[in-house]
Amino acid sequence: MGPERPNSENSELTRLCRDCGLALNGPAACPSCGGRRHITHPELGGLSIAHVDCDAFFCSVEKRDNPALKHKPVVVGGGQRGVVAAACYKARLYGIHSAMPMFKAYKACPGLVVIRGDHSKYSREGRRIKNIMRDLTPLVESLSIDEAFLDLTGTERLHGRSPAQSLIALQNRVLEEVGVTVSIGLSYNKFLAKTASDLDKPYGFALLGRADALDFLAAKPVEFIYGIGPSFARKLNKQGIMTINDVRKRSDREMAQQFGDLGLHLARLARAEDNRRVTPQSERKSISAETTFDQDIADVQLLKDRLWQVCVKASDHAKRLDMAGRVVTLKLKTKQFETLTRRRTLMEPAQLADRLFRSLEPLLEAEANGRKFRLIGAGFSSLSAHSYDGGGDLLDPKAAKRGQAERASDEVRAKFGHSAVVTGRELRRYHVKKEKKELE
Amino acid sequence: MIDDAMKISIERSDLIKALGHVQNVVERRTTIPILSNVMLQADGDKVTFVATDLDIEVQESTAGMTEQPGTVTAPAHLLYDIVRKLPDGAQISLKIGDDQRLNIDAGRSHFTLPLLPAGDFPKMTADGFTHNFVLSAADLSRLIDKTRFAISTEETRYYLNGIYVHAHDGALRAVATDGHRLALAELDLPNGASGLPGIIIPRKTVAEIRRLIDGGDSDVSLSISDAKIQFHYGSAVLTSKLIDGTFPDYERVIPKNNEKELVIDNKVFANAVDRVATISAEKSRSVKLSLTQDTLELAVNNPEHGNAHEQLMVDYSAEPLEIGFNAKYLLDVTGQIGGRDATLYLDGPAAPALVKDADDPATLFVLMPLRV
Repeated sequence: MGPERPNSENSELTRLCRDCGLALNGPAACPSCGGRRHITHPELGGLSIAHVDCDAFFCSVEKRDNPALKHKPVVVGGGQRGVVAAACYKARLYGIHSAMPMFKAYKACPGLVVIRGDHSKYSREGRRIKNIMRDLTPLVESLSIDEAFLDLTGTERLHGRSPAQSLIALQNRVLEEVGVTVSIGLSYNKFLAKTASDLDKPYGFALLGRADALDFLAAKPVEFIYGIGPSFARKLNKQGIMTINDVRKRSDREMAQQFGDLGLHLARLARAEDNRRVTPQSERKSISAETTFDQDIADVQLLKDRLWQVCVKASDHAKRLDMAGRVVTLKLKTKQFETLTRRRTLMEPAQLADRLFRSLEPLLEAEANGRKFRLIGAGFSSLSAHSYDGGGDLLDPKAAKRGQAERASDEVRAKFGHSAVVTGRELRRYHVKKEKKELE
Repeated sequence: MIDDAMKISIERSDLIKALGHVQNVVERRTTIPILSNVMLQADGDKVTFVATDLDIEVQESTAGMTEQPGTVTAPAHLLYDIVRKLPDGAQISLKIGDDQRLNIDAGRSHFTLPLLPAGDFPKMTADGFTHNFVLSAADLSRLIDKTRFAISTEETRYYLNGIYVHAHDGALRAVATDGHRLALAELDLPNGASGLPGIIIPRKTVAEIRRLIDGGDSDVSLSISDAKIQFHYGSAVLTSKLIDGTFPDYERVIPKNNEKELVIDNKVFANAVDRVATISAEKSRSVKLSLTQDTLELAVNNPEHGNAHEQLMVDYSAEPLEIGFNAKYLLDVTGQIGGRDATLYLDGPAAPALVKDADDPATLFVLMPLRV
């Protein structure tokens, strides 16, 4: 099942009812549901790679749960210093977008409703949507909590309808059962499907066919391509490559020589070629947690307190997944938004917060040279199933005892809640919080 | 400004030996151009070569005919590679040409290399030595070989990135550890070394001095200050910075009360470990040792690659025990045991094991087990 295999069975299908997915012959209203919105495309029956993306997902879930918010500008995100994780369409009218620093969002829209966000709720709802997708095809490749690629090639017989019709049904079912809208891009490869899903948001349905993809892309700037960030775009622009058409004027060899693998990849995408398959359940590669500070921190002790916090978070996640990682990573973002990552390979896979913290502590000490940081993160990668708390260190004979203590605390917490056992480091943080409150 | 003169003639074998000794310290990639160069000093019938990476400086002199004395620096690796490829027995002429380049001539071969002024070449200061003593090349090699495999490569614990050497109880003791294993070797304390405070000799220095004295039988003079160490060996002088850090209190790591004693034929054991480890998981390389009365069973269970078992007859009379080790670490240790038998002193499955060479009371090894 190659992703580009055309679907000949439905090649005569060119018009559908946007609301119920019925195949139509002419521009008249749908005889089944009376809908007047149609989808027409010469290749409608022949496209089967889809990208499904929830619309302002976190906000949509919050608005669903609190109808009073329905017409208000809402963002999900954190604190004075965090960033916007998701912005509803109303908020976007004020120029607010995800990854925007929170203070800017406040400035742009004084009446903004900010919700801290409940990630466990979002991932639960995200899973429900993925399950609805899997009713259509086993080839569902999750990209994140709220988006996925679907390969619907060969599902016509199974469902008795074309991929496009199945996707309209999916859109309706998600709205009905989960209460949020999704946008769909349908094409013949992943790159174009992903591109298409952005064209008609929210609650959209867009197609890019073999005949129109090339023309559609030609005049677009290079950063239109998903994965081409501002810095790579600048590099391209410097070489006179402004549009996708400019990329096509260069040979693959030129692109590869000047820009490496990414250049070659870009050359192919510019011709709308993308052979990547839709691969379900792409394996989890890392487990990590990070936090953005309310105020930049330079002090190494304070940084360590925050490191401990994210280590506990990452470790908790690893424990829930029953996984351990052999590589541990420290992430720091400087005041100037420069991101540093430092990693270490351990002798044996680790899952405990104590081991994560102690492995990263010296890496942090090496970086904390008076610079101010705005974010710290910790994570495991090179994952395997967790088996035991190894990692004996001759020079740290107390490690085993601390490991047992952490496991014991986890058990207590599982029964009585997270604050049933609190480490000194966390306590220090609580004190800081309390003092701050008292000052206010 | 490059010296406008210098012309020497030198035999290939002398040149390659001297360059071979110094060029290795030159880093392949360096941001300071002159550090890629070797300095040549021609004076009378002696040519001196100096190379440095700012932490280590190696200097070697060799016989050569100086027609024009002078000092210059040229790319070390290129020069070495050229000389290496010239025919054996060739007489090589090195001179600064009119083009301000180093002209290398041997027979029909002619090379020119760019030069950098010798005045910019960094010089390492070497003074304030408080301890001076002499070791035979064989003794120094032994101290290094028995311990260097346990040197840590983890940069975050920089104080473990070398061999810790100090005077201890009438002995000169060398220790290295990476937290997973520890190796210790000692010698009778040489004259001049008494009261030697602990110094940490960096890994690269250890490798360089070991290369320099390899196979040799003369004496090495060592001079030590609180920040530097200098070795004199034949016509070579190696000066190195020491690691500025505190080596952990390694003695508390050496098990004192491990009472389960296992005596094994070291070679037979090493071969068996090597065989079963063939299928061990690349990441952990763990081998399980199951001990019962006079029997040792080695086992590797790898869910991906299958299982391996091997049984050995051993001397063991304590209660049964199962303990796991990293196969590579076991092989590193068995590789340093010169006698026929190795003795392992064990306690429990999570407690460090002490390994001794039955024929060499002046060495010991500690291994941290893996849980299996």
